[in-house]
Amino acid sequence: MAPKKPRVTRNPELIRGIGKYSRSQMYHKRGIWAIKAKHGGAFPRHDPKPKPHAPAQKPPKFYPADDVKRPLVNKHKPKPAKLRASITPGTVLILLAGRFKGKRVVFLKQLPSGLLLVTGPFKINGVPLRRVNQSYVIGTSTKVDISGVNVDKFDDKYFAKEAKKKKTKGEGEFFEAEKEEKNVLPQEKKDDQKTVDTALLKAIESVPDLKSYLGARFSLKAGMKPHELVF
Amino acid sequence: FKRFVEIGRVALINYGKDYGRLVVIVDVIDQTRALVDAPDMVRSQINFKRLSLTDIKVDIKRVPKKKDLVKAMEDADVKNKWEKSSWGRKLIVKKRRASLNDFDRFKLMLAKIKRAAVVRQELAKLKKTA
Repeated sequence: MAPKKPRVTRNPELIRGIGKYSRSQMYHKRGIWAIKAKHGGAFPRHDPKPKPHAPAQKPPKFYPADDVKRPLVNKHKPKPAKLRASITPGTVLILLAGRFKGKRVVFLKQLPSGLLLVTGPFKINGVPLRRVNQSYVIGTSTKVDISGVNVDKFDDKYFAKEAKKKKTKGEGEFFEAEKEEKNVLPQEKKDDQKTVDTALLKAIESVPDLKSYLGARFSLKAGMKPHELVF
Repeated sequence: FKRFVEIGRVALINYGKDYGRLVVIVDVIDQTRALVDAPDMVRSQINFKRLSLTDIKVDIKRVPKKKDLVKAMEDADVKNKWEKSSWGRKLIVKKRRASLNDFDRFKLMLAKIKRAAVVRQELAKLKKTA
């Protein structure tokens, strides 16, 4: 079928709820009189299609004593967080919270969950490929050239925690089991870090002082007013 | 008193929307207000309390046309005189410091440390010979 055009009203709105033409005027405008005349006095109707026979529903065995409240329908789908205009790929960010607070770090891309993918680089300041929330970050105006880095393979699933294996608790073996729980970073992740970082390091070393800048932590000193600072 | 309110006196606005702007006093309205004008501003009245007088004076008649004002300001070379004066230079430095990037501040810190190291070396040399 041809795509349906949205129905246009022939009755201009004077004020919301009040049209210009009355019912009888609209009857004439729509040409219902002409359609009726063409079909011999009656407006053409389709006979109702026979409905498919619904199976007979048995009366329920159990009626709950109190009315159960059902939650309202919520079709709201969360969108990924809108990225601040100051944060573009290659921006140097200052982390504000967590283990690496104060560290200056290079922004790579925004992941589908809304979190920002960020790397130290690891060799410079010890920050690995990591996810960070936009709210805990200050975007500076310093940018690093990120064109040599391929970040397509990283997404939220890459950073998911591995499912914990169930262990049976035995009294005597309890302490030995604790020791084996150490998480070793898989070699694959270490290689990923290396490939990303080598490309970045070339871009960083081309700018004087940028390497030591990224290695230093940010802190507020006496007389610095954050609302007056330009980042 | 060396700096007087007179027609042609250049002043700096130190309060209000036009903070930091250099203007010329073009007329005196009454005890408290002056008519004030600048090449990139609509001529307006302003309270004397919002002005800080400078040493620079421009040669104009009372309430000149904008063209005449601009020409007179160029003849007196207000811009260069202001930027060379110590007051003007200090304001420029202040502005530059306020607009420093986080990276710029880092580079500044490195430069200060380097300079201090050189100074200390020289001082040590002088102390040795003394």
